[in-house]
Amino acid sequence: MSRFNPYNDNGGTVVAVAQGSRVVIGGDTRISNGYNILSRNYNKVTQLTSTTFIATSGQVTDAQALHKLLLAKVALYKHQHGNEPSLRALSKLLCVTLYSRRFFPYYTFNLLCGVDDDGQGKVFGYDAIGSFDELKYGAQGSGQQLSISILDNQMKGTNRTDSYSFNSDPVGLVKDVFNAIAERDIYTGDHVLIWDVSPQGINQSTFRLRSD
Amino acid sequence: MADLSFLDSSDFALPSYFSPKEDLNPDFSETLSFPTPQDLVAKGTAEAKKLHQFAKGTTTLGFVFQGGIIIAVDARATMGSFIGSNKVKKVIEINDYLLGTMAGGAADCFYWETNLARVCRMYELKNGERISVGGAAKILCDMVGQYRGYGLSMGTMIAGWDHKGPGLYMVDDDGIRLKGDLFSVGSGSVYAYGVLDSHYRFDMSLDEAVQLGRRAIYHAGHRDAMSGGVVRVYHVHQNGWTNVIVAEDINLIHDIHEEEKGMKNLDDQVTFKH
Repeated sequence: MSRFNPYNDNGGTVVAVAQGSRVVIGGDTRISNGYNILSRNYNKVTQLTSTTFIATSGQVTDAQALHKLLLAKVALYKHQHGNEPSLRALSKLLCVTLYSRRFFPYYTFNLLCGVDDDGQGKVFGYDAIGSFDELKYGAQGSGQQLSISILDNQMKGTNRTDSYSFNSDPVGLVKDVFNAIAERDIYTGDHVLIWDVSPQGINQSTFRLRSD
Repeated sequence: MADLSFLDSSDFALPSYFSPKEDLNPDFSETLSFPTPQDLVAKGTAEAKKLHQFAKGTTTLGFVFQGGIIIAVDARATMGSFIGSNKVKKVIEINDYLLGTMAGGAADCFYWETNLARVCRMYELKNGERISVGGAAKILCDMVGQYRGYGLSMGTMIAGWDHKGPGLYMVDDDGIRLKGDLFSVGSGSVYAYGVLDSHYRFDMSLDEAVQLGRRAIYHAGHRDAMSGGVVRVYHVHQNGWTNVIVAEDINLIHDIHEEEKGMKNLDDQVTFKH
């Protein structure tokens, strides 16, 4: 007699790249269950404050519950403090929120990104139970392993014999990365929703991916 | 007025049907760890678990010498066989005079050692004096001891300087709390012990001690697949602690050693036979 298994991976990938005071966040819009596609238009990214976003891959129900909980905590913070929490404050908040479920984890792999109080764009990558680190760029989800080497190569100049530094548009890089993932990962495809976040404002765009 | 207390829950939510001892071998090896090799092998039977009770992946070490304490760590974190990061900070600066190392589950180590920092601060405020190293180690040991059998994974060393002088303690999720002069924790500890035991002397100079810690981590990072990245070295002394080596790439140390041995570029001359 098999026990009820509460966990399910709905697939998909999220990527974020920080450059200067700007951060670009991308999330594909496909939700899968095994070999079935449940949706081609699902948004994996939630805006928490005017300058911070959370992008989550993994299980959709846990992601929805986590995003709702975080929005409630942000609303409470705004009422109590009279201003929005900073990205740094939210990074610790997400850590302890995830750890509070240490023995029944949220099956979520998060990237918390935005512009911090110091005006710098930052990305924080998390594991399922809250371990986090500040990154210049990050990828989570089914396409993580396919994409992280590309990001290392482009952003850090690893695995190349010439000296190189990244000096082009991060939005273009995110699009290229998702195209690469969609070629080889069955769970990533359909569309990518891209947020280009900077102190000047937020520019949202949609990018078409393979639908097969 | 709505009841919002659920937002500040301080207990760890457990579903009613859950029995942590059986169920909490993660089906997904996606929790960042330093790393626990159990994730790599087939889970399921209790016997399989016992057979694969490896030490926690990673290499951390600490030893006491005449000038205080040296703490040296690697920086690799893995999720299964995927390298999550080669630049993790495995030394937690608890406060100005206490350091903690991380081996095992990243989130577990970070959460409980940060919590330890909070408790140590409360102790200072309530008692008007700093907590002793042994006391801090005891508090950490008892905190995780409450969750014995729940699947926490934490192998840490607490190092500091108190009224008794330098103190080094090893605290484990099994409930171990040991005071000692030399420890290494992690899957790379076997390599680190070899190097440490060969050259350790209590009356080493500071420079010799730092180089010994650095070298031991390099050898462990070189031979242990689960360890690598950069070396970080801290020195604990009467006035607190100093981050002596912030981040030195293990691959670069390898090149330096090869040159010292007169074997530079030997790797490039390797031919691959069919």
